[in-house]
Amino acid sequence: MHAHDQLGNEADPPPSGESPGLAPGSPAARGTAASAATAGGLGYGAAGARDGRRSNESRSGERLRASKAVLEPDEIRRALTRIAHEILERTNGGRDVVMLGIPTRGVPLAQRLAERLAHVEGRSVPAGALDITMYRDDLRLRPARALGHTDVPAAGIDGKVVVLVDDVLYSGRTVAAALDALKDIGRPRAVQLAVLVDRGHRELPIRADYVGKNLPTSQREVVRVLLAEVDAEDAVILGEDASTGAGR
Amino acid sequence: MKRHLISAADLSREDALLILDTAEELAQVTDRPIRKLPTLRGRTVVNLFYEDSTRTRISFEAAAKRLSADVINFSAKGSSVAKGESLKDTALTLEAMGADAVVIRHSASGAPHRLAGWVRGSVVNAGDGAHEHPTQALLDAFTMRRRLGRLEGLRVTIVGDVLHSRVARSNVLLLHALGADVSLVAPPTLLPVAVGSWPCSVGYDLDAALPKTDVVMMLRVQAERMNAAYFPTVREYSRRYGLDAGRMALLPESAIVMHPGPMNRGVEIAAEVADSARSTIVEQVTNGVSVRMAVLYLLLGGSEAER
Repeated sequence: MHAHDQLGNEADPPPSGESPGLAPGSPAARGTAASAATAGGLGYGAAGARDGRRSNESRSGERLRASKAVLEPDEIRRALTRIAHEILERTNGGRDVVMLGIPTRGVPLAQRLAERLAHVEGRSVPAGALDITMYRDDLRLRPARALGHTDVPAAGIDGKVVVLVDDVLYSGRTVAAALDALKDIGRPRAVQLAVLVDRGHRELPIRADYVGKNLPTSQREVVRVLLAEVDAEDAVILGEDASTGAGR
Repeated sequence: MKRHLISAADLSREDALLILDTAEELAQVTDRPIRKLPTLRGRTVVNLFYEDSTRTRISFEAAAKRLSADVINFSAKGSSVAKGESLKDTALTLEAMGADAVVIRHSASGAPHRLAGWVRGSVVNAGDGAHEHPTQALLDAFTMRRRLGRLEGLRVTIVGDVLHSRVARSNVLLLHALGADVSLVAPPTLLPVAVGSWPCSVGYDLDAALPKTDVVMMLRVQAERMNAAYFPTVREYSRRYGLDAGRMALLPESAIVMHPGPMNRGVEIAAEVADSARSTIVEQVTNGVSVRMAVLYLLLGGSEAER
């Protein structure tokens, strides 16, 4: 899966096997990325030109300077358990709830939350995935990228309470795209948002209903969420973007 | 992936798999209440068809529309081509109208390649003469993978009029790149001279080939392109190379029967075979839309900077 590029998803890990060492988005790197894409074709998943904001994000092996773990595995576990309880409180025991994770790392988070909901309340809660690549507002800023997997639970979302799940909330553009995508799939009764980390710097009028940790950051910092299902370990890491290509 | 899709040989194994995987995701859109994605909003796709076609043109049109692109259909009949306009002048006209992609079908092999040198947008070959038809090969591979779960090591037998078939050439190239074992079965008169250089084996006996086949692909006898006697009679062709129920029984249990369409029922394929559960002919049409959506998305969906 190459879907670690959600807009606003600022927690991308170094994508496996893709042009490490490139600092995408920095003015110097744009030329490189663009020419690499020309040579290599559409360069799916490879770093391409992107807007200034993206330059603050970790991707493609960008070197993190002075990175530190801000959430340990135990803290992630507790945060998810708390979110699960909050969801149960606010949705009348998880009735009609559908958890939809945004690829890549929102998906295992949605599954973990669904498991906790089922464990606490004894009611099984469907979990799925909602890829938003085709709805992004920055598609034309980069080469066409591979799609993530969309898996809407069989019962659908009409009349349900959809809880969107993502790893990091940043600009809010991923969530905006997810709302557009949802609209084409059905008509939920309500949509809520759960994120593991809210790092601020919103560009759209969007807020999360459930937050694992509020993490004040500067735009030059990089937040990376690692999850065992994808990365073999659980961690949230805050680092400074070594490519000081401060956007805008 | 390159900027244009002119030959199946333009696709590396990775490119081809990316298209198939993308098509797999896009196939879901067909099952949704709103069968449309906003991805290519504001982009223009021109269908430039110098040859008759229903399936392919409609398929490309549906694919582009499901991605919200604007579609302009152009057929040679009733256009300035009938007044003698050259391909190049038509291309420059399209260029002036701002076409982001041109889907071209032409009776001359190499027409899409020429066109690619004249326009800034992406060129997609929708069939040129007896040369290639890459999106057909992609949708065939997609259909095989969906039905049989794999392509690696799949034994594919392509039967019939290989000489006039652009589908056969594209399929041989693509399926070979994807790891399938392709063999051609045809009367010697309907095999191209250069077939020895293709990455496939060649045989003349259909009955011997069928038991060792996972996918049998029947090609249409293209009578409209035949300017000489390639076989004595249609009946004799049908007896030796047509797929009827008796021959279908020689296939392994899980094997599937494909046909790119349009079919000559009773010539290369019997009606009962075409309508059997093993036939994927209708699926191929459905899958064609998903695969063409994937191609258009991957060619047009990203930035223009790297094009």
